Amino acid sequence: MTIALTRPRTVRLRSLRLARPGVVLAAMFLILALIAAAWPGLFAGDPLRADPLHVLEAPSGTHWFGTDQLGRDVFARVVHGARHSLSISVSATLIAVGSGILLGLLAGLSHKLADEALSRSFDALSAFPLVLLALLFIAIAGTGTTSLIVAIGLSLVPHFARVVRAQTFVVRRAAYVTHAVAFGAPRSRLVLRHVLPNVLGPIPVLAVIGLGEAILLAAGLSFLGMGPQPPSPEWGAMISEGRGYLHIAWWASVLPGLVVTATIISLTVAGRFFQRRFEGRELP
Amino acid sequence: MITAILRRAGAGVLVLWAAATAAYLALLAAPGSTVDAIIGDGADTPGIRAQITSEWHLDRPAVVQYLDFLWRAAHGDLGRSYLLQRPVSDVIGSQLLPTVKLAAAAAVFGVLLALVLALVARRLTSTFGLVLVSTPPFLIGIVLLSVFSFRLGWFPVSGDRGFAALVLPAITMGLPIAGTLAQVLRDGLDRALDEPFAVTARARGLRESAVLTRHALKHALLPAVTMLGWSFGVLIGGTVIIEQVFGRPGLGQVTVQAVNASDLPVVLAVVILAAAVFVVINTVTDLAYLLIDPRLRRS
Repeated sequence: MTIALTRPRTVRLRSLRLARPGVVLAAMFLILALIAAAWPGLFAGDPLRADPLHVLEAPSGTHWFGTDQLGRDVFARVVHGARHSLSISVSATLIAVGSGILLGLLAGLSHKLADEALSRSFDALSAFPLVLLALLFIAIAGTGTTSLIVAIGLSLVPHFARVVRAQTFVVRRAAYVTHAVAFGAPRSRLVLRHVLPNVLGPIPVLAVIGLGEAILLAAGLSFLGMGPQPPSPEWGAMISEGRGYLHIAWWASVLPGLVVTATIISLTVAGRFFQRRFEGRELP
Repeated sequence: MITAILRRAGAGVLVLWAAATAAYLALLAAPGSTVDAIIGDGADTPGIRAQITSEWHLDRPAVVQYLDFLWRAAHGDLGRSYLLQRPVSDVIGSQLLPTVKLAAAAAVFGVLLALVLALVARRLTSTFGLVLVSTPPFLIGIVLLSVFSFRLGWFPVSGDRGFAALVLPAITMGLPIAGTLAQVLRDGLDRALDEPFAVTARARGLRESAVLTRHALKHALLPAVTMLGWSFGVLIGGTVIIEQVFGRPGLGQVTVQAVNASDLPVVLAVVILAAAVFVVINTVTDLAYLLIDPRLRRS
């Protein structure tokens, strides 16, 4: 008699087929957004070309998303805006993940008092409104794209630091770490070879969901005028500019807004999908 | 029970002290000297500089300034705005009411909608929640504004005059809260309905709605109370952006102006105020937990 060590193939195939139209849609949308960020010219023309004869025109065959107050094609601006918005959010998320791992490791590996102080501040800060944290940084460092990226990154740090700390706390007590200590492994090797790789497990999933938050925050802050200045096509800034013409041209702000929303929903759906995969739970 | 209250209050004071200290460090860390920030675009002569230095006590040692800052902060004096040349507490106090009104209305709407969603439309809740949580709040606001104010003309486009001006902003801010809260409530209800007491209640011949509202809801409320602290964050963060969308006066507007002008005392005061509200709400939530759930009191 043989014992099946893996699940039968048919089951996996079925669960793949059932992988939900939502997940497939989300994946497709994200891929499109990535392509748009990499080669915006592939989809759309010049985002800065103004056309005074066709100002605030409704969506049509030639202008899919209509035109804005200067006659610029809103669709082209949204496509080119993907590069701005995504690079801001991705850089911010990288800052958050990097510093989060560092601080989390530091807290999880340090002595009781320091750990207590650090993890309490992570807890408190991660419950604090992100917008306020980011605005506080911008108030100190001034407005601008770099400052926006760092502000978003720093306000997301506590989330990652918290998770890494919790993981570190578990891993440092694992048998293989104790063994490595018993074999006299130096501290640096202990941290880099044994603790760090085992702490990183949940990070990719969290990073995907964190990226969604970064996009939301970036759009919000540049809506407030804290991000790239006009005429650069950034999603939040476009929504903010279009706000002034809402009474005659809803498309100039609502359609870019819908793209932001679709991106964030796609990231959340993808993140949750990976999370279920990662935790080995079946799709409900 | 009393020690629990005291310990939480102590932790709260500690958090506030940390927030105030962080605020002070932020003031020190800001690029450029405080004198430059106060002068702004105004006249800049050595005489004026010396006058500002003595007026704002910038010539004293940093430690003394820090202790002085803490002492005054404890008494509600958070310094003067660089930009408006008025005490920060005045600036904030005058703009507090519209923001509190908005936040309260949004909270009430959010909680009510969450209850309705979780109890009546349980199947829809998770999709609805996902969409609501992922939508930037300002987009919800802009869509509502475009439909109900510009197209239908039911509500004013901006300002803070009367109840009608409050409706759309409150809905905008309440929706994300409702989305998350409804999910938490629904999960709680689902768990409670699997419990033996739900079976017993059904076996006694109670209607499903009665099982839900009279038996399951109490259990589902517990995790929802924990979300209070979180929804406060949404409310505070929300006011900053929503007030901008709807052109409402309030703390959010003050904050955005202060950030744009690098008017640090005002920004820091808003942060300290938020931290204070945060501490109070979390302490109250913790204590409410003890009151609602007798099981927690025993351990």
